Amino acid sequence: MERVPILKIGDILLVSIQLDMSDQTAVALQEDLAQRIVDTGCHGVIIDITALDIVDSFVGRMLSTIASISKVLDAETVVVGMRPAVAITLVELGLSLNGIRTALNVERGMELIAAAHADELDYQLDDEPDAETATP
Amino acid sequence: MTTGVDLGQPQAQSVRSDEDVVRVRQLVRAVAVSVKLSLVDQTKVVTAASELARNTLVYGGGGSVEVTVVDNGRRKGVQIVFADSGPGIADLDLAMTDGYTSGGGLGLGLSGSRRLVDEFQIETSAGTGTRITVTKWSR
Repeated sequence: MERVPILKIGDILLVSIQLDMSDQTAVALQEDLAQRIVDTGCHGVIIDITALDIVDSFVGRMLSTIASISKVLDAETVVVGMRPAVAITLVELGLSLNGIRTALNVERGMELIAAAHADELDYQLDDEPDAETATP
Repeated sequence: MTTGVDLGQPQAQSVRSDEDVVRVRQLVRAVAVSVKLSLVDQTKVVTAASELARNTLVYGGGGSVEVTVVDNGRRKGVQIVFADSGPGIADLDLAMTDGYTSGGGLGLGLSGSRRLVDEFQIETSAGTGTRITVTKWSR
């Protein structure tokens, strides 16, 4: 069985799917990615599907599952590079890709993850007791 | 695909494994390109073939797929037959409903792929299995 490589770039894991995946390969990617998120502590996952001719219900479900798993592991998933014909077909098939963030390309995907992570840090800082007002 | 294959002739592919589903997709794409389907229509028919070939494998216990070029005098098209000798579909109306699944899927395979093709025929019975014929015409 072939495996999809997972690259680490800074705080982001990048998965560029370049082959026509069998269902087994798709399931393996799900498991590999969960492990890599835990091993690296990355806060973002970008899945580039530019090279995919089709996204059927199995791959669509895999993308949703990866998004859910990564969320539980404190990482944001963005799917990038969907072809127009794939988007049209997905909608007609009836697949809604629940919970999946999308961006047009890898660059915008990285911006989205950076923004989401910055919001989260702000939120955590706001949560801490305010040092300035606490001291007389 | 090996070169020298005459896509004008019916092409058969057995469906016994995950990798065979990938081969079905590649075969259908090659034939769809050869009859000059638009990119969107190629994508639709390959997606439908992927769903139905997976059904043949998962629910039918494996079977075979045949891809044929059809011509109605005005237009060319791709016709695909998915046949298995599995348990058949007990309640066809229910199986064709969006979101219904007897397995662990999303329940979009049958109902969704019917929307992606121009013609969709299904014959199923408990003794003989399931046979689905779909056609996509060039525009």
